Amino acid sequence: MPHHAIEIFNLTYDYPDGRRAVNDVTLSVAPGEKVALVGPNGAGKSTLMLHLNGILNPTHGEIVVGGMEVNDRNLGKIRAMVGLVFQDPDDQLFSPTVFDDVAFGPLHMGYEEEQVYQLVESALNSVDMSGYSDRLSHHLSMGEKKRIAIATVLSMDTMLLVLDEPSAGLDPRARRCLIDLMREMPQTMLVATHDMRLVQELIPRTVIMDEGMIVADGDTVDLLANEELLHAHGLERP
Amino acid sequence: MHIHLFDQFQSGSSFLHRLDARVKIVVGLVTILAVTLTPTAAYPAFVLHGCWIMFLMIAARIQVRPVLKRSLIALPFALAAITLIFTVPGEVIWNLPLTHWAISQEGLARFLSVVVRSWLSVLIAILLSTTTQPTDLLWAFHALKMPSMLLGIISFMIRYVFVLSDEGTRMHRARESRSASPMDGKKPKSLLLWRFKVTGWMVGQLFLRSYSRSDRVYQAMASRGYRGELRRLGTPKLETRNLILGAAVVLVAVIISWSA
Repeated sequence: MPHHAIEIFNLTYDYPDGRRAVNDVTLSVAPGEKVALVGPNGAGKSTLMLHLNGILNPTHGEIVVGGMEVNDRNLGKIRAMVGLVFQDPDDQLFSPTVFDDVAFGPLHMGYEEEQVYQLVESALNSVDMSGYSDRLSHHLSMGEKKRIAIATVLSMDTMLLVLDEPSAGLDPRARRCLIDLMREMPQTMLVATHDMRLVQELIPRTVIMDEGMIVADGDTVDLLANEELLHAHGLERP
Repeated sequence: MHIHLFDQFQSGSSFLHRLDARVKIVVGLVTILAVTLTPTAAYPAFVLHGCWIMFLMIAARIQVRPVLKRSLIALPFALAAITLIFTVPGEVIWNLPLTHWAISQEGLARFLSVVVRSWLSVLIAILLSTTTQPTDLLWAFHALKMPSMLLGIISFMIRYVFVLSDEGTRMHRARESRSASPMDGKKPKSLLLWRFKVTGWMVGQLFLRSYSRSDRVYQAMASRGYRGELRRLGTPKLETRNLILGAAVVLVAVIISWSA
């Protein structure tokens, strides 16, 4: 039986101060599927995402990624499988040069040097940024930074991309480039975003979160047609 | 306001630019050592050192003026040695009026030597950073077995000093945009105190923002397999040609100090 890329069972997470961030979330994503995670600020989207590679540990519930339970023992393999791209590329790109950043993942996964060079090159190629490897990260434009940020996880040969607000802060042309890039990528994708037009154009399935809970899960076309539902959760039709 | 850290580096293709970064660091350190070991009041040697450094700068085809300007940063620190002119016993050349403080010939020589030595040392360090990319310095220090933790700190600093200064600039602009004066032309009260207060808040804010950013950066690192140890790629082989060239550059400074 083929297992799902992501399976989340009754996930609950409380912040250290006791506030509940994620409340009894159950969700499964099939391999190759692209799923949008939408909802107002503070709905728990980012918190949910930080669970997928074990950065946060659930208060209750269980998460299985690629057939493997997310726990301390599997952490290395899980992190190799799940590529988490943070919203602010200045957080994602923490090395002085582009090369160092894209090489960081493979290097810390223990690849041989030759392989590291190959993986960096092919990752930069797949985001159309080959030739950028000696550039300094702070000299890049926002659009370039976002693409390099994606390359930093592609170089780890991830099968699952978890993107937090990939189109935030991009001008229309950079946003268009990014959407085209995401359409081409074969990986399973979970995308948290406020960009409803991106969802409409690119992502077949949408999950709406509010106050830590999943309030709707279904076909993007259907959900985006339901104005009442969208308004109830602070969202707008594209 | 923007910190131009990388402006220190002036690109070029001179022999100093091409010299292996590892060799360059060692050459720089040994030359600084030679300069600091030059005896007190050996003025001809100081002049020769200065000429040699100047020659290297011209040979590296870097702009000398900005380098000299930047080197003045050393002077305030060297002033810490000013007490020497009063405390070193010797032939009195001048009494400070209204005090019992006497300036001695020997003290003055010691003080001048300290100033000149530290200025020359700073010039050498600046010459090193002007002809070497910061990223090259990083791997070179790694090859020279600098502790990985220290290297990590330096590499984060190189990456984030711009992010921080940009954040500071934005906060400064936001403050300036709201620092209006009353329309009736009256001066607002106690402006200075208020400014101090706001500056304090801004520094605190900047610290808090950096603190939460460090948390997110750590998460990004952990997501990509970081388990507490920073790894680096191997370094290229050292060419003999580079070693010989480096030794030659060092030798000049050593001979100058030796002969003094």
